[in-house]
Amino acid sequence: MTKVPNPEFEADCIRRILAGEKHLFHELIRPCERAIYFLLLSILHNQADAEDAAQETAIKVFRNLNLFRGDSQFKTWVLSIARNEGLGRLRKLDRLREDSLDALTDGDSGDFTPAVLTSWREVPAEELEKQELAALIREAIDNLPDIYRNVVLLRDIEEMDVCQSAAALGITEGSVKVRLHRARALLQRKLAHKLKSFAPKRGLLGWGR
Amino acid sequence: MRVDCKHVWEHISAYIDGDVDAALRADIDKHLETCEICSAVLDSTRNVVVLVADGRVFELPAGFSHRLHERLEAELQSRET
Ligand SMILES: [Zn+2]
Repeated sequence: MTKVPNPEFEADCIRRILAGEKHLFHELIRPCERAIYFLLLSILHNQADAEDAAQETAIKVFRNLNLFRGDSQFKTWVLSIARNEGLGRLRKLDRLREDSLDALTDGDSGDFTPAVLTSWREVPAEELEKQELAALIREAIDNLPDIYRNVVLLRDIEEMDVCQSAAALGITEGSVKVRLHRARALLQRKLAHKLKSFAPKRGLLGWGR
Repeated sequence: MRVDCKHVWEHISAYIDGDVDAALRADIDKHLETCEICSAVLDSTRNVVVLVADGRVFELPAGFSHRLHERLEAELQSRET
């Protein structure tokens, strides 16, 4: 999956779209659409709403393209529009909870100690061909508190850097790091024991590091 | 400085991301050499991160992209004046 942004392509594309080559917008937005959808799914918890909000986001990006300043990355800007779209919908539904507002402080509350193990056998990514494993991981992510899930989504799933993630979510880089750390700890604790059965049973190559 | 297990756990995420300074990294590496628990915690966390990042975990709904671009096209056309 190519997620690497190409600022020159983007800048050139934006110039040409604003000059009238509107069809190029399809190519401009394409590399962002996955991240838009999953960020909105993470905020709205509903596929149909997330899809509709994703379409609305893309249209807003198009309509406001002239407002994009090259001082942030295009994808970051797009995701902050997506996030506003999602939070706006929650507000309308009166479902805007404290944690979606990012009002939660990154205090010391909560237990983020990992599951303690004495050995680990690598579960290869190919195992994800098994729906059962993919579902297990999806469920663990779905069950994270919103503020942690959003960070995992941008940092680990969309592979955005700390600075971009902070800008897209409107939080500090420090918060991104703290939340990511906690999210990974929660996921490890939730998943480690369940993942064991997906490790290769035996063999010389499958062991540990 | 000696680091204990709890100290290692606190920095696991930063360690995975290469976001710890050289001195701390050396301390953690030294601890990992002799602590099988921290080694397993680190390996399992890293493994979880890799699996979570895999494109097969989260897939877009069928037809998502097609519907998105169709709606966009309608918007693009309507502004074609
Ligand atoms: Zn230890």
